Amino acid sequence: MTLARDDLAVPPTPVSRWQFDAKALIAAPGLVFMALAFAVPVLMLVGDSFVDSQGLSLAGYRKVLGDPYYIGIIGNSLQLACITTAVCLAVGYPAAWALARIKGVWQVVLFALIFLPLTVSVVVKTFGLTIMMRRDGIINFLLVNLGFIERPMRLVFTEFSLYFGMVNVFLPFMILPLYSVMRMLDPRLMDASASLGAGPLHTFLRVTLPLTMPGVIAGGTLVFSISVAAYVTPGLLVGDRFMTMSQVMAKAYLNIRDFQLGASMAVIMLVISAALILASSYLVRSPGGEKH
Amino acid sequence: MALFGSLFCRLILGLVIAFLFMPILIVLTVSFSSSAVFAFPPPGFSLRWYASLGNADSMLQAVWLSTQIAALSTAISLVLGTLCAIAITRGMIPGAKAVATFMASPLMLPGLVLGIAFLQAARDFGLRDTYTTLLIAHVVITMPFIMRTVLASLSLFDFAMVDAARMLGRSYPAALWTVLVPNILPGFVSGGLFAFIASFDNYPVSIFLVDVRTKTLPIQLLNQVEMSPDPTVAAISALLILGTIVALIVCDRLVGLKRMASI
Repeated sequence: MTLARDDLAVPPTPVSRWQFDAKALIAAPGLVFMALAFAVPVLMLVGDSFVDSQGLSLAGYRKVLGDPYYIGIIGNSLQLACITTAVCLAVGYPAAWALARIKGVWQVVLFALIFLPLTVSVVVKTFGLTIMMRRDGIINFLLVNLGFIERPMRLVFTEFSLYFGMVNVFLPFMILPLYSVMRMLDPRLMDASASLGAGPLHTFLRVTLPLTMPGVIAGGTLVFSISVAAYVTPGLLVGDRFMTMSQVMAKAYLNIRDFQLGASMAVIMLVISAALILASSYLVRSPGGEKH
Repeated sequence: MALFGSLFCRLILGLVIAFLFMPILIVLTVSFSSSAVFAFPPPGFSLRWYASLGNADSMLQAVWLSTQIAALSTAISLVLGTLCAIAITRGMIPGAKAVATFMASPLMLPGLVLGIAFLQAARDFGLRDTYTTLLIAHVVITMPFIMRTVLASLSLFDFAMVDAARMLGRSYPAALWTVLVPNILPGFVSGGLFAFIASFDNYPVSIFLVDVRTKTLPIQLLNQVEMSPDPTVAAISALLILGTIVALIVCDRLVGLKRMASI
């Protein structure tokens, strides 16, 4: 499920020789449906963000971008996504490496174990996390019994539980793209580097890391884009103590009914996601991170 | 040094897997607990929370609604998406690459943004029926999963077989149905499974579209977790996990898990 990568299997069309064929109409139902049910609503949402009861206005954006409170919330979302992505990368890189290097049936088994949690509902996993974080939960149980702390401490509704949960939910999205790149890597390249006199650090920085960069970019983009928009996990694990853009959008529509505020926030999030996808496809094509 | 590095990486992998399974195992454990509070370790074991599921009407209604929406939206996406993918692969329409990207793009957008867009559009078009709105939205959610897998399967399919079937007297639709569909069945199964799961688990889009009487399972579950979390929620979650594992095993028997995941 390397979702963020530009790898749709589409053969090149000989455009010059294209002419209308009645069979092309088989595409019409799907295209018309997606145009009406997907493109039109999204464009209308963008339009709504520029309109208030008096007509055209930028009041929604002025409210969001002119208020330190909302700027802070955008900052919160970006911080959440940055830290989650960084931790996922730091933990996921060695794990994906080990997974790609293990041979035979074990690789299939371990791969399935990384993959299976992805198919479990985020609501169920987050529910499990809230139970773990309780004062009488397993995290406190382990911390006390391993002698790290004297007596149980409050974990739920802290930033620790937020990041713990975010990494737990999104880590497979980092490992799978990394794994699919590392699996293709010839291990003899690292041996060659070592036999030519490079130390382990030098080999990692000059050989391994550049060759696995497409996986780092794909996984990083994917984790960043889903964690910047995450709603369920932050909502249950910290709630209102750490407001994010998603929380503001949901509140704007479901509680305070300030549609222009919600639409403006949604468009800002849309711009962040689009910028990220463009940046990653540029990085993958540019030298230093070329596709192989 | 290299040996140390590889041992270190394996240790991390082991810890990662334990970490990923922790919340899942906790939910399973709690669902068998004899106590109504979530103390760890649980004081004893019982099946009372599974028994109490029989009375959880709103939960069972939500399961049924989510199953319907997921099955119907996956089926509609399979039909519309496959027809579109055939036209794209065969170069019948100009700008095939752009069309394919468009059909797969709902996956790239934040779920909440899509949800808000559907909510506003349903209001503006005067679409009041929650079920229909949910279904339309979920077809959009499931479409990218179908497009990705079916396009990948079609790129490996030899269309000369369809032409052969036509020369042997089949109409174009009949040729597609009898020759193409059986050949790309693995793509349908894996794409369909992911599409079903994506719809069944969807929270951020559905939250804007549900009403008091029509709630999908993730919404109902989260409501319950926020309002009155008790092990009944854990019991239904455990059954969901079990259902997912069974579905994965069945699909693995049909097409192979590695193949599903790499697409």
